[in-house]
Amino acid sequence: MIEGLIKDFGPIGSLDGRMMRVLDGVSLSAEHGAVTVLLGANGAGKTTTLECAQGLQRADAGTVRLLGEDPYRATPRLRARVGVMLQEGGLPPSVRPLALLRHVASMYRSPLPVDLLAERLGIDEFGAVSIRRLSGGQRQRLALACALVGRPDVVFLDEPSAGLDPQSRTIVFDLVNELRADGLAVVLTTHLLDDAQRLADYVYIVDGGRTVAEGTVAELTADTDTAGPRELSFETIPGLALPDDLLPHLQQSEPEPGRYVLRGSLTARDVELLARWWAGRGVMPSAISMAPRSLEDVFLDISGRSLR
Amino acid sequence: MSPDKMGDLASAPRGTAHPASETPGGQRGSAAALGTRILRHGAYEMLGMLRNGEQLVLAIVLPLLALVALVVTPVLDAYGPGRIDVAAPGVLALCTMSTAFTGQGIATGFDRRYGVLRFLSTTPLGRSGLILGKAVAVAGVLTVQLLVVGGAAVLLGWSPDPGGIVAAAILLLLGSAAFTALGLLVAGTLRPEATLAVTNLLWILLAAAGGVIIPAQSLPEAVQTFVSALPSAALGDGLRSALIEGAFDPLACLVLLGWAALASLAAIRWFKWS
Repeated sequence: MIEGLIKDFGPIGSLDGRMMRVLDGVSLSAEHGAVTVLLGANGAGKTTTLECAQGLQRADAGTVRLLGEDPYRATPRLRARVGVMLQEGGLPPSVRPLALLRHVASMYRSPLPVDLLAERLGIDEFGAVSIRRLSGGQRQRLALACALVGRPDVVFLDEPSAGLDPQSRTIVFDLVNELRADGLAVVLTTHLLDDAQRLADYVYIVDGGRTVAEGTVAELTADTDTAGPRELSFETIPGLALPDDLLPHLQQSEPEPGRYVLRGSLTARDVELLARWWAGRGVMPSAISMAPRSLEDVFLDISGRSLR
Repeated sequence: MSPDKMGDLASAPRGTAHPASETPGGQRGSAAALGTRILRHGAYEMLGMLRNGEQLVLAIVLPLLALVALVVTPVLDAYGPGRIDVAAPGVLALCTMSTAFTGQGIATGFDRRYGVLRFLSTTPLGRSGLILGKAVAVAGVLTVQLLVVGGAAVLLGWSPDPGGIVAAAILLLLGSAAFTALGLLVAGTLRPEATLAVTNLLWILLAAAGGVIIPAQSLPEAVQTFVSALPSAALGDGLRSALIEGAFDPLACLVLLGWAALASLAAIRWFKWS
């Protein structure tokens, strides 16, 4: 649970020794048995938020509570209930994966069976080469195993899908779904909309160091102010020039000859205007389709920036 | 993997909500005992140091070479009865610097760069366990060095004064503490490449002119007082007094204690974990 979190970095030389406000009012909470996603562009403040929640950094203002305690003063008892996967992994390059996993497991009283976990995440396939030789996806799986081996109640995963090949991605996503089913509170960050759409029970959109929107994916994409479809496309003869003043609030494009796409907040009135214009020009489209509002539209509306 | 095995992995043996039979031996999310964590981490870091080729050269090979060189050359003839008796205590001081300062400092510096310190501090080991585990690892490697290098010295004819063994043990303990704290201070404030350069350079300078091998009193008078106040001279000269004459040097102990305290305070104040 985080409320009104503020974090300053610095003093920063390029700002004449002033502090830079990295987080400026982040509030969020994560439930057990749910995947909570922090979605935002790079530099939005996701990692710093997680680090404050993990106790790796101290908040300058606001309240941070992890399982009811102050994470910055975490006791070993609290740390044992929390699994952490850092963005760069925090893995020692000269150690072998299985040796590291066994060592991390030895910090807990009743860890998961290392062999079982290693098999499940495919770590046994590369368990005996040093970590510096692993691919990005292999490192991510090892870091995930290290976060889970102590059987935590809460897991923090910072960009868990970064660098994953499609097969690793499926393994990792299936595991995250099991953790949720198992009653864990899973908190993860991502800049990938697809991750959020596939995994999230609840999404916080982070931008400019603030949580700017929150809700389930369904709630976020069904915002009442801008409800309705967000994209209309139709196919007809190529080279049709829609007048600029016909539907000025919509983005128009012709991505391929004869296929036209209108993006923006669509209303029935827009469709009526478009149909009248077709009729006036003697045009009858061969296909018309509309697509609902996506999480990307929500993100664009709020931050004015696009994600992948 | 069969579905029921996956069930094992993902099943929720938390608290009372699930059958205890699913979690033989304990509860989910609980830490191993404090002493266990520290000793396990100490053993893990010790093995890491002993497996690393460069560290082994620094910890074992160079001290052995120094020992042999000091016995076959007349460098130390002016300072005591037999070459090996003067050489061995100094080489043990050199071993302490190798492991506690240079070896440990470089390892910590790179662990810091790779985020290993941050990750381990989120496990039940925690920051204090991490530091105490490093101290255990230093003590463990130093024990191996004492056996190997001390054993070699005995083979070369070394007969330390038995009356000084306790004093020597106290000095080695204080020396490890001081140099471990200094190594952490360097590793926690400089980039790892700079830590590598600084700890190696200081190791060579102190070994040559810091009172480690050659007694501080034999240096030019202008620098004697300065060198005597260094932890290297306190350890080297203190060990020589203890193992040659069987004498306890309280001043050397105080100097080492002072360096250990100052370096620890500075490390607590300025050590950056990331």
